[in-house]
Amino acid sequence: MANFDQELDASGLNCPLPILRAKKSLAGMDAGQVLHIIATDPGSVKDFEAFAKQTGNELMESKEEGGKFVFLIKKS
Amino acid sequence: MSNKKLAIIATKGTLDWGYPPFILSSTAAALGYDVEIFFTFYGLQLLKRKMNVSVSPLGNPGMPMPMGMDKWFPVIGTAIPGMQSIMTMMMKSKMKSKGVASLEELRDLCLEAEVKMVACQMTVDLFDMNPADFIDGVTFGGAATFFEFAGDSDITLYI
Repeated sequence: MANFDQELDASGLNCPLPILRAKKSLAGMDAGQVLHIIATDPGSVKDFEAFAKQTGNELMESKEEGGKFVFLIKKS
Repeated sequence: MSNKKLAIIATKGTLDWGYPPFILSSTAAALGYDVEIFFTFYGLQLLKRKMNVSVSPLGNPGMPMPMGMDKWFPVIGTAIPGMQSIMTMMMKSKMKSKGVASLEELRDLCLEAEVKMVACQMTVDLFDMNPADFIDGVTFGGAATFFEFAGDSDITLYI
């Protein structure tokens, strides 16, 4: 289990809410800190890739775990 | 480096068509875009403090209806009195159960992300709308106002 500094449970939320909530969480974090996100929206897999690419925050991990999608994003 | 810019013209005032401008604007803002939406004609309904928008199956063959009504009574089924409010109610409850944000929630997220909202002054005059009915933060302008922002934006959408 990787270490993280903050967690966001976006389970049950649909597009674009997981991205918007993640953006909000990251805004309150320091550079280098890691956000752990849990989502159930299958579209979030591609969306978090695209989000990371466009915002410069690093998507360290993206995986499916027990029917949920889990992401680790490091704030740039 | 200056931010990318997204300019949107929102022309429609129904529950379903209200989503694209607010989803795209809030997401673009989260990605670091500067965003401006120009609301004109029926799109102005989306700026009302008390948003009262519906979805209509009438003239919309693509809309799925309960119990296959669109198959049994095409056209007529969609025109039954009360159908519009039933469909609006059903759509709202479906959206809620699927975790889709309400239009009001998305609009709030846009405002929070400093998406600029401009109301078409001509339409306001045309329909005798009361500027006091609109949410705070709305500015009023015309076509030239839109181009001032859209002229050097990276993406422009007409919805």
